[in-house]
Amino acid sequence: MKRIVLLASAALLGLAALPAQAQSPSTLRIGLQEDPDMLDPHKARTFVGRIVFMGLCDRLVDIDPELKIIPRLATEWSFSADGLTLTMKLRTDAKFHDGETFNAEAAKANIERAMTLPDSLRKSELASVENVSAPDPATLVFKLKRPDATLLAQLTDRAGMMLSPKSLGPDITAKPICSGPYQFVERVQNDRIVLDKFKGHWEADKYQFDRIVYRAIPDTTVRLANLRAGELDMLERLAPTDVKSAQGDKSLKVQSTANLGYQGITINTGHGEAANQPMGKDKRVRQALSLAIDRKVLSQVVFEGLYEPMIQPFNPGNQYLSAAFPVPARDVAKAKALLKEAGVAKVSIDLFVTNNPVDAQLGQVIQAMAQEVGIDVQIRSTEFASQLRDQQQGKFQMSRIGWSGRIDPDGNIHQFVTSKGNQNDGKYSNAEVDKLLDEARTIYDVAERKKRYDAAQKMLQDELPIVYLYNQTVFFALRSNLQGFVINPDGMIRLSGLKRS
Amino acid sequence: MLALIGRRLVIAIPTLFLVSLFVFALQRALPGDPFLVIAGEERDPEVIARLRQIYRMDDPIVVQFFAWLGQVIQGDFGRSLRTGEPVLGLIVQKLGVTFQLAVASMIVAVGIGIPAGIIAARRKDTIADYSASAVALFGLSVPHFWLGIMLILLVSVELRWLPASGFESIFSDPRAAIERLIMPAFVLGGGLAASLMRHTRSAMLEVLQSDYVRTARAKGLAEDAVINRHALRNALVPIITLSTILFGELLAGAVLTEQVFTIPGFGKLIVDAVFNRDYGVVQGVVLCTAIGFIIMNLLADVLYILVNPRLRDS
Repeated sequence: MKRIVLLASAALLGLAALPAQAQSPSTLRIGLQEDPDMLDPHKARTFVGRIVFMGLCDRLVDIDPELKIIPRLATEWSFSADGLTLTMKLRTDAKFHDGETFNAEAAKANIERAMTLPDSLRKSELASVENVSAPDPATLVFKLKRPDATLLAQLTDRAGMMLSPKSLGPDITAKPICSGPYQFVERVQNDRIVLDKFKGHWEADKYQFDRIVYRAIPDTTVRLANLRAGELDMLERLAPTDVKSAQGDKSLKVQSTANLGYQGITINTGHGEAANQPMGKDKRVRQALSLAIDRKVLSQVVFEGLYEPMIQPFNPGNQYLSAAFPVPARDVAKAKALLKEAGVAKVSIDLFVTNNPVDAQLGQVIQAMAQEVGIDVQIRSTEFASQLRDQQQGKFQMSRIGWSGRIDPDGNIHQFVTSKGNQNDGKYSNAEVDKLLDEARTIYDVAERKKRYDAAQKMLQDELPIVYLYNQTVFFALRSNLQGFVINPDGMIRLSGLKRS
Repeated sequence: MLALIGRRLVIAIPTLFLVSLFVFALQRALPGDPFLVIAGEERDPEVIARLRQIYRMDDPIVVQFFAWLGQVIQGDFGRSLRTGEPVLGLIVQKLGVTFQLAVASMIVAVGIGIPAGIIAARRKDTIADYSASAVALFGLSVPHFWLGIMLILLVSVELRWLPASGFESIFSDPRAAIERLIMPAFVLGGGLAASLMRHTRSAMLEVLQSDYVRTARAKGLAEDAVINRHALRNALVPIITLSTILFGELLAGAVLTEQVFTIPGFGKLIVDAVFNRDYGVVQGVVLCTAIGFIIMNLLADVLYILVNPRLRDS
């Protein structure tokens, strides 16, 4: 009898505890596709990591949905006439989560750490910087080795994020102390990252939620199920195949934007033995391949028609996109003629794809389309780490690869097609393209810059070291009662102004 | 018995050494460079070179192995290449998670499997027997992944009875922990229950036909006493061995279940680590798994002896 009473009271206690355990109304739960890597902006590399940093760390500058650079910790900035000095005015009311004041000295310490830390991944982004100085607490000065039109864009991202200088030790990755609107509470790897509102933030009144919980849920179906079940308030990267069903659900809404990056096929035109075949040697064969692919059908078959066909490395709506290169219609006859001209009736070629269902399907569609013009594509599928390695070592003929994109156009093109580019895995080399793209980096004027990109693109569209396929639209799904989400082509989730109605 | 345990522990040392050596070599033989992945999209060659240096990847593999071994003996498993967190901390954290899932699944498996097996054996060739076998066949053939997603869609999305995924520690929030464990434990334990049911059934049938059961019945012992005191005890011997093996299978099966229910456990840890070529984590996880299996085997033998007194002297 005693035991029954005990059990019953325990059960009652459990029930009484129920309201306390229900989600507090001011917690925002966000579903991420992967678990982020290191939570140290100078060492981090993943896309999801950047989403988390949006809440955790303030940057010197930010971008708006039109990719215009706007103030954040830096309130104004200007380049000197020779383009070799960037002077920034900084906020004086910003604080770090440990109570330390943010000032130019702190900013200097961060930039210097990003430039010198042995395993910093920000070095190449800040490569043009000679040194930084802090003449007074509200002024930060970058001295540059050469004019660098990409620098401001870099400072909108991790290179411009500020950690508390006092906290810079080996444990910073496990417990980052930044100056953002939310501060770090806990992280359970592969599961969740919890942030609490930082009351001392200079813009604290714009952030409605007291707590943000980021949860890593890699399976897209499960991620959506969690949103539907009310376990999440929003999720990033909804799969195109799920868009229709999410749109049909009254409790949800879907928002989308073009992604900054590109998706395409990199062709080995000059990297070792594997380049020594018609596809690598003869641009007419590459042109035939490009003409064989119906990009619209490709999008329809694999992505429910939701991804926009593209043949340029810039996103739709980008000011550097050139009107001179519209997406061509499929032309089997012309493709066949080009192959004939090149003196090859039949081409046999390998295509590397990552071993996920979407990439496999993509490969098969391309295979079928290429077959019709006389290009016999064999699909080689491995997981990403192996693909990357083989590609970098030149052990590939063609590789299906995507790029998450950068705000500045340089980040989407320079390193892929210039002779010494880090990501020029096919070792395409063209002195004229090198010259144009090197110049474009140093010009601050948009119209002047665009001329260089257009001229370079003209050559690249003819020689096709990369056959661009489509732009990956980014879909977010939210519960309908979540208001104020401003979508941005960088795919980040800005927490400012988000509220539950 | 103590001698047996001692002997096993001595043999365990070279086993663990060989396992780590094997995994170390195998990992390095895998194609793919972790630093290419870790260096991020930009893949700056300078950064890659520096990372390789920091992690001593340019040393000969034998030197690397013994450097690692030296660290491990001092209790330092290194840090994850991907997140920078200490490997040992990660393993302890994830082991706790998977252990909770495994125990919950084992409760489901044993709680359903053994009684169902006994009932099926006692009522051989009746409706109860057939339906138990049919359910078992279903349990064995349905893929965890599919069943998991179906359960989430039905129980969480449609009915809203249980949370769709995630994990809570049983010590910090028991109610939330149990709510989140029910579905995965059912998915993971269900398959094992089927296996246990079939084995219990055949072991019981065999025992029920043996001479001593007939003798017991002839003595006029009540049927329940015959079953519980004589038959069950003997039938349990193979079942115990099976259960310990199943526990190992359960850890392997946990990979998919953890993926579906996004439980941040051991299975997810190793899958992610292998894909990211996170050497230190893979190495640490494999070593711990090997230790786990050695302990499980030892436990099986000890239980075996405890249940079957005839083995005690040998």
